[in-house]
Amino acid sequence: MRPDWSIFRRWEGLLLILLILIVGYNALSTPGYLTVGNWVNLFQLSIEKIIVALIMTFIIINAEIDLSVASVMGFSACMMGFLFAGGMPMEWAIAGGLLAGFVAGLFNSFWIGIVGLPSLVVTLAGLIGYRGLAYVLLEDRSIGEFPAWFDRLGQQPLIGPFPLALIVFFVLLIFAIIVLQYSGFGRYVYVIGNSKDVARYSGVRVRRTKMILFVVSSTVAALAGILYAARLGAVRGDMALGFELDIITMVLLGGVSIFGGTGTMWGVLLSVLIILNLRNGMGLANFSGHVQTGVIGVLLILSVLVPNLAGTVQAALKRRRARTVEVVAAE
Amino acid sequence: MNTIRRRFQPEQIRELVLIALIIGILIFFGTQIDNYFSPRTFTRISTSVAVIAVVAVGQTLVILTRNIDLSVGSIVGFTAYIVGTILSINNDIPPVAVVLMAVAMGAVMGSINGLLVAYGRVPAIIVTLGTLAIFRTVLVEISGANSVLTNELPRWLVNLPPVNAFTLGPLDIRLLFFLAVVVVIIFQLVVSYLPWGRRLYAIGSNPDAARVAGFPAQRIIFTAFVLSGALAGLGGFMFLARFGNITVVAGQGIELQSVAAAVVGGVNINGGLGSPFGAFLGAILIDVLDNSLIRWLAISEFWRDALLGLLILLAVATDTVIMNRLRKVWARHELQVSGDGEPPVEKGGAGYAA
Repeated sequence: MRPDWSIFRRWEGLLLILLILIVGYNALSTPGYLTVGNWVNLFQLSIEKIIVALIMTFIIINAEIDLSVASVMGFSACMMGFLFAGGMPMEWAIAGGLLAGFVAGLFNSFWIGIVGLPSLVVTLAGLIGYRGLAYVLLEDRSIGEFPAWFDRLGQQPLIGPFPLALIVFFVLLIFAIIVLQYSGFGRYVYVIGNSKDVARYSGVRVRRTKMILFVVSSTVAALAGILYAARLGAVRGDMALGFELDIITMVLLGGVSIFGGTGTMWGVLLSVLIILNLRNGMGLANFSGHVQTGVIGVLLILSVLVPNLAGTVQAALKRRRARTVEVVAAE
Repeated sequence: MNTIRRRFQPEQIRELVLIALIIGILIFFGTQIDNYFSPRTFTRISTSVAVIAVVAVGQTLVILTRNIDLSVGSIVGFTAYIVGTILSINNDIPPVAVVLMAVAMGAVMGSINGLLVAYGRVPAIIVTLGTLAIFRTVLVEISGANSVLTNELPRWLVNLPPVNAFTLGPLDIRLLFFLAVVVVIIFQLVVSYLPWGRRLYAIGSNPDAARVAGFPAQRIIFTAFVLSGALAGLGGFMFLARFGNITVVAGQGIELQSVAAAVVGGVNINGGLGSPFGAFLGAILIDVLDNSLIRWLAISEFWRDALLGLLILLAVATDTVIMNRLRKVWARHELQVSGDGEPPVEKGGAGYAA
């Protein structure tokens, strides 16, 4: 039986090759790169963004976008800090932070699902507004001195070498893969992303699906914000500022179309691994954080440009071949 | 009612509502803040609105074609910093050349966006998210994290912000604000009357139809991005004149402010609806709110972003819900008129595109 090479012609195949190249280069140039400790570290440094990227995948496949996630992260963490500073026990403060994210999600999905505004605008308003609420809560203060167990959850390994945030990520990842790739709800997400009208005429509850996604998105963002607070040991109004761009880049680089309907959780997972290893490799080679961001920007544009150009070239070749065949047939 | 319908298009009514809203907010804060209606308030608001207004006009051109330009914040920072550095090395460059240099620099960066979007067929949001990061990275790298300092700049530039174009009674019309108003008027005329401007609306309302109709859609979208970059370059020059001290993070966040101004001003994010004048009103509304909240003692100034977010939502909600209804009333009226054998109503106004 001939081996099936078709996977390498797909986006995920290209990502896999790229990942192997980057990891291979890093492993050869840095001894001790392939240890569990280093990889845990690698994940831990941007674990909050990765967690949010999971739900962002659903949203973008659904042909929507959520620009407000980073602000919701900041808002929820600040709500938690605000409640804690007001004398509430830590457990309740955490619940309050999560609730704030849930309510923010309800608010977003009201405007998107019921009023019917474009999600780009609603979440742009949310990006500004929830950040504003974070500043309203804490003004320019910083709140720290959380109970020791809370900081420990964010900074110390919980099971084996894995800290809580990483375990949360693995659980959510498995859950997300099952829901998106193997459940009815996941099929609806794709169908709606391909064509909202076709989905509606086929009896898919478009509005409900979208609203669920935006509520879950903000709630997951709230969870990520609280994990971030635990890792930093303090909260401030400008926490997680600008994270939305990194998160969206992770998803788009994973082969998810900004117009919805295509992309897989596997692709996003690969793109997350690529971004982590690329940043780490460049960090080891003494490139500044700004250069790393710039390189990822280039990668983002190339990820769409190259397949487009390849498609154009392929179409031109096919046309030429067809013409040659015609000429041959005519003779 | 019929005369109103004949005289105005729904979009013009929307702009009138926006003006009424601005006046309402001014009156409200006038009762709340001591000494609010003073020439100084006008000067303060008009100075800070100038930069955003110019950038928002460029953003409007791009949004009209159903695209978005998120890189303008980096373009503003880039031009402000580079032009400032060149000026601090050589103080003798004539002012006109400085402005042209800033505009050209912005146009080059805009053309990169335009090439990738129009000819590379990469979605605008991806391209400009990427270039937002890339332009900023290039700036940080070539700057070596140094800053432009006011005392190294030529005197004419440092003294530019308080220069008046003319005075209107007690109000000083600053030169930079006047420049912004001129830009708004020029582009309002361009989108209202030039074929190129009308085609922006056509492409944004229905890209497929525009292509079938034979419009050079790629070239028009490309030009829209170049102009957006050029205006952001001009904004960068104004930014430099206004602040003098420029760090490598200058202009961060302007991309969202310009989108917010356009959207509050009635520019539809899905393209095909809105006008530069509307975006200008949107910028003014946001700035009036911003400046007034800082001086209002009843609530802390930290509320301003939260309120701004709510304002954007309400502006867009009125746009979709109420304007859709208004447009239907207008369309029905036109059908009736043409059904009676009368000549159809003349369709004017920049907003008309639906």
